[in-house]
Amino acid sequence: MPTGRNATRRDLLQFGAATAAALAAAGLDPGGWTRAFAQQRVSEADLLAFQPVGNVTLVHITDIHAQLMPVWFREPTVNLGVGEAKGVPPHVTGKALLESYKIPAGSPLAYALADVDFEALAKTYGRVGGLDRVATIVQAIRAERGDRVVLLDGGDTWQNSWTSLATKGQDMVDCMALLKPDAMTAHWEFTLGEARVKEIVDSLGFPFLCQNVRESEFQDEVFKGSTVVERGGVKVGIVGQALPYTPIANPRWMIPNWSFGIREKELQAEVDKLRAGGAQLVVLLSHNGFDVDRKLAGRVSGLDVILTGHTHDALPEPLKIGKTLLVASGSHGKFVSRLDLDVRDGAVRDFRYRLIPVLADVIKPDAAMAATIAKHRAPHAKMLAEEVGRTETTLYRRGNFNGTLDDVICEALIAERDAEISLSPGFRWGPSLLPGQAITREDVYNATAMTYPAAYRMAMTGARLKEILEDVADNIFNPDPYLQQGGDMVRVGGLAYTIDVGKPIGSRIGDLTLTRTGQPLAADKDYTVAGWASVNEGTEGPAIWDVVFAHLGRKKTVAPTGASTVKIVGA
Amino acid sequence: MTMTVSRREALALSAGAVAVLAFGSAGPAFAKNDSDDLIKAFTGGKTPTKGKVRLDLPDIAENGNTVPLAFSVESPMTDASHVTDVLIVADGNPRAGVATFHFSPRSGVAEAATRIRLAETQNVIAVAKMNDGSLFMDTRQVKVTIGGCGG
Repeated sequence: MPTGRNATRRDLLQFGAATAAALAAAGLDPGGWTRAFAQQRVSEADLLAFQPVGNVTLVHITDIHAQLMPVWFREPTVNLGVGEAKGVPPHVTGKALLESYKIPAGSPLAYALADVDFEALAKTYGRVGGLDRVATIVQAIRAERGDRVVLLDGGDTWQNSWTSLATKGQDMVDCMALLKPDAMTAHWEFTLGEARVKEIVDSLGFPFLCQNVRESEFQDEVFKGSTVVERGGVKVGIVGQALPYTPIANPRWMIPNWSFGIREKELQAEVDKLRAGGAQLVVLLSHNGFDVDRKLAGRVSGLDVILTGHTHDALPEPLKIGKTLLVASGSHGKFVSRLDLDVRDGAVRDFRYRLIPVLADVIKPDAAMAATIAKHRAPHAKMLAEEVGRTETTLYRRGNFNGTLDDVICEALIAERDAEISLSPGFRWGPSLLPGQAITREDVYNATAMTYPAAYRMAMTGARLKEILEDVADNIFNPDPYLQQGGDMVRVGGLAYTIDVGKPIGSRIGDLTLTRTGQPLAADKDYTVAGWASVNEGTEGPAIWDVVFAHLGRKKTVAPTGASTVKIVGA
Repeated sequence: MTMTVSRREALALSAGAVAVLAFGSAGPAFAKNDSDDLIKAFTGGKTPTKGKVRLDLPDIAENGNTVPLAFSVESPMTDASHVTDVLIVADGNPRAGVATFHFSPRSGVAEAATRIRLAETQNVIAVAKMNDGSLFMDTRQVKVTIGGCGG
């Protein structure tokens, strides 16, 4: 059972009446008739209901990945924890997650948090997210709580849709400006390159906080590390923490003069400085990833709240580590977190929390935000709506080892690049598609849009392939969270392997087999490998979305089953 | 390999430390190199005590070709009690020798910062020799990763 105060349980039970919606709907155009169903089951008032407490309200959104419009989003079936994180939230999924938090099956939160009955519940409750819906929620909370509200954006906001790529993040910057955040931090923002990031930050109008980003040579601060705002008579200190592994997980050549890292010592100094300056509440706006923050909470003192991000976890209650509350607010605009705090004499005396699922058919869109979104989409709307194929099964990305969406990408790489083996990075961003749905250009861009999309084709030896798999596996399953980078395992096509997650680096991966021949991989033999999103400068090849378009053009319909070629032991 | 001397190194050097840099040239990657021999030669076969030396290195290198390294040794740095030498070795490079730093009481403090090259995930070891012949050490593992799949 998770620890922490159980203030939300009553709220959750409000939805107890909603039982599993066994709507085996045959309607093949999802979304067309969900609105009436969703509104019958739950209202905007239900989703926003909250018994306010205290003098400060933190509102947290994170990892939107440039999704301005509502999407489908299926949560993972497999999300393994290792070391101290084994079997504890957020490494509990599906039915076990719902049971451990006593979330009624079929309720809006069950739909939003778990993969259980995903397709049926999607028909009941519809799409999630949409920045115009998020705007409505933020406004409602501000209307209720007035000057007590702090709105914080955890980053991964400016990239990973077509319009965000085409406008170099400007669509997101303009839309987020309407929400008037008090601060943000970052990760994928850095894939726009140093010059563009600086240009945006200069015109942002609110602080871009990254205490752990330093100029490589002299270790000078590149951005502000922290800011102080006064809310409800309370001085709130906010420290920003960018993804510590950005130059490893993403191309270092795009940010050659900036160095990252966790920088615990500098973080502690920043927290101490805020306390000494009179901050009564100190919040870490973090893009570390949940397990990194869990460890950090036990080592850095003086943090009242960590608003976590990066790993896309969503938890219905804050997790308490010592005196620090850890909040996990999901991804893709699917949730807005509201945390009311009663801060007196420099300490949190009471709190109440709600993870608000953004059901797009229930929350009404904010008109001003909807208009700004439409303005940015207008030049691309016709192209984005073009159908490029259909899917007969659910396409989703999340899962530690594989997902049907990447199965399609891996298959496209093998077919279009004439390769024996394909590799697709273990990104956690990218919405889902429902069975029977048309695949549009926008759907493909939502899973691939980024600034280093070249689909390479090269020879790799069996030994090199094993080395890559070992390396990535250690970035996910090293028992020390400070050595975890937060993605999922690299996806493979044409290749089968066994992984023992409990073993150390070098001995996790075995039984590598070329699926086409059924033969074991030879360490010294060359194989033709196609992949994308290489962090190396000068990588050549067509953009991955063009590879997928070409493949869908030939196949017309895809139907990946989700059957995995990866055998997992030791989990 | 040449290296750029940063402001901090320059300051460390001007404070009185003299660094002798011995970078290994490219060669076959052995799992174990000559690190034990180098340490033995430096200590005269005595076993250093863990402590007094603090080695600062990232848990994960952003770039194995230029990994920031800093160390400091607890010492009053007086004529009566001071650090004379600090040996830095990397146990997974083709050649273990990284650098030896020489100090005197006029150094004021026994600390320095530089950048080192690490071929793969390995331990970096700092051994400090005091003027009374006592020896102290610290070890840090640095992960050097292929990267590229996070997010």
